[in-house]
Amino acid sequence: MTPLSMPETAGHQAPVHHPGDELLVAYASGNLAEAASLAVATHLALCPRCRHEVNRLEALGGALLDQMPAAPVGDDLLARIMGQLDAPAPVTPRPLPANTDARTDARRAKPAERPLLPQPLRGYVGGDLSALSWRRVMRGVEEAEVKCGPADGESGAKVRLLRIKGGMAMPQHTHGGSELTLVLAGGFTDATDHYLRGDFAETDNSVDHQPVADAGEDCICLTVTDAPLRLTGTLGRLLNPFIKF
Amino acid sequence: MVEIGLYSPASFGRVFRKAQSALQRSNGVERGHADRTATERTMDRHIVDSAETERLNALLVRVGRERDREAFIALFHHFAPRLKSYLQRLGVDAGGADEIVQDVMVSVWRRADSYDPALSAAGTWVFTIARNRRIDVLRRERRPEIDPDDPALVPDPVDPADRAVELEQDTERLHRAIRTLPPEQAELLRMAYFEDKPHSVIAAERNLPLGTVKSRLRLALARLRKAMGEE
Repeated sequence: MTPLSMPETAGHQAPVHHPGDELLVAYASGNLAEAASLAVATHLALCPRCRHEVNRLEALGGALLDQMPAAPVGDDLLARIMGQLDAPAPVTPRPLPANTDARTDARRAKPAERPLLPQPLRGYVGGDLSALSWRRVMRGVEEAEVKCGPADGESGAKVRLLRIKGGMAMPQHTHGGSELTLVLAGGFTDATDHYLRGDFAETDNSVDHQPVADAGEDCICLTVTDAPLRLTGTLGRLLNPFIKF
Repeated sequence: MVEIGLYSPASFGRVFRKAQSALQRSNGVERGHADRTATERTMDRHIVDSAETERLNALLVRVGRERDREAFIALFHHFAPRLKSYLQRLGVDAGGADEIVQDVMVSVWRRADSYDPALSAAGTWVFTIARNRRIDVLRRERRPEIDPDDPALVPDPVDPADRAVELEQDTERLHRAIRTLPPEQAELLRMAYFEDKPHSVIAAERNLPLGTVKSRLRLALARLRKAMGEE
């Protein structure tokens, strides 16, 4: 597999497949788990339309908050708050995983060297593609796990990057839960839909599919699964015990 | 207004003023905000018109630019009781809710200088701070967000400044649109925002098919978009 370079125009092609209303509302309202939020936020970096939509959904959240009934607060709450105003702000770590090197490099980058992984994903990976260590899953398919979620908790969701050789068909599979996919390089076709950089796909357990990577460039996708996928084709049944997806 | 019936005769004066203001609103007369007391505003969840939006935005700007404590206290009286409702609806007990409200209001004070009234209403800005705080405190998760300076970010072909035009009127239109939603759609919208549950759980609790929950939410959003004159 050859290292990827992103064509100058690829970054500016507007995605045509977007997260659904349910996901965008959950992200804007703060009800979406961290792993799924990472996929949505990384799509937002590539999709001005959805950024605008999330801004509007946040305005909706603000309006709903304004219309909340007023609950009486503790008598001393205002005094407690006023007493804290002059205290120096605690030094808090950045709320997002900021890999300093990755950020600095990205800022210095010439347009041609624009990183392939947008924020916030680049921060979670700890750099651009070169920071990843790929593990072979099967012929033509490699994966790299992305750590996401509270260090102490087990959310059950798996976040990883997949690199699929151009022209390769993924084994036919279905999902015990849902799967979110964001294309970062190359493209793939799933039934009749075609997905390119920035495009977002949601599949649930009703979908039994076999995505096929476009010929040529390797296809790199971010995937978030909340349950192991099950391979359903003949080959899949043979492979299932060996593939720890 | 149904709630008028709940007041005792002793509070007739207040009831009268509320009825009067409701009448003026229904006649399309916007009442200036200067003659309303903070208590009345806090008591009435429905009065958030463009004058009120403008007032809150201006207060937040004053806190950011002039470190104005009086402006901050006025913001506290508007937002703290609503934030508490919001947190309690999410299942936080009263004491815990007060603590998070305290965190959020202190953050409002510290970060007010980054507030830009051309980009969002004060209510939206406070909502996002409260949302992020509760993800941090209650779920102990981080919130992945874009970095506006990221060279990999695909720039918006539309200048955000053009989208910010008439933000205050937009906010008022949004408030009106929410109020005119069919009750079952409005309720579902509040659940989607204020209850940290998957739609499948919301559906099971309400004895509704999952498809109905999803379609009501979509219908609500479609109506709001239409009311906002988009799509």
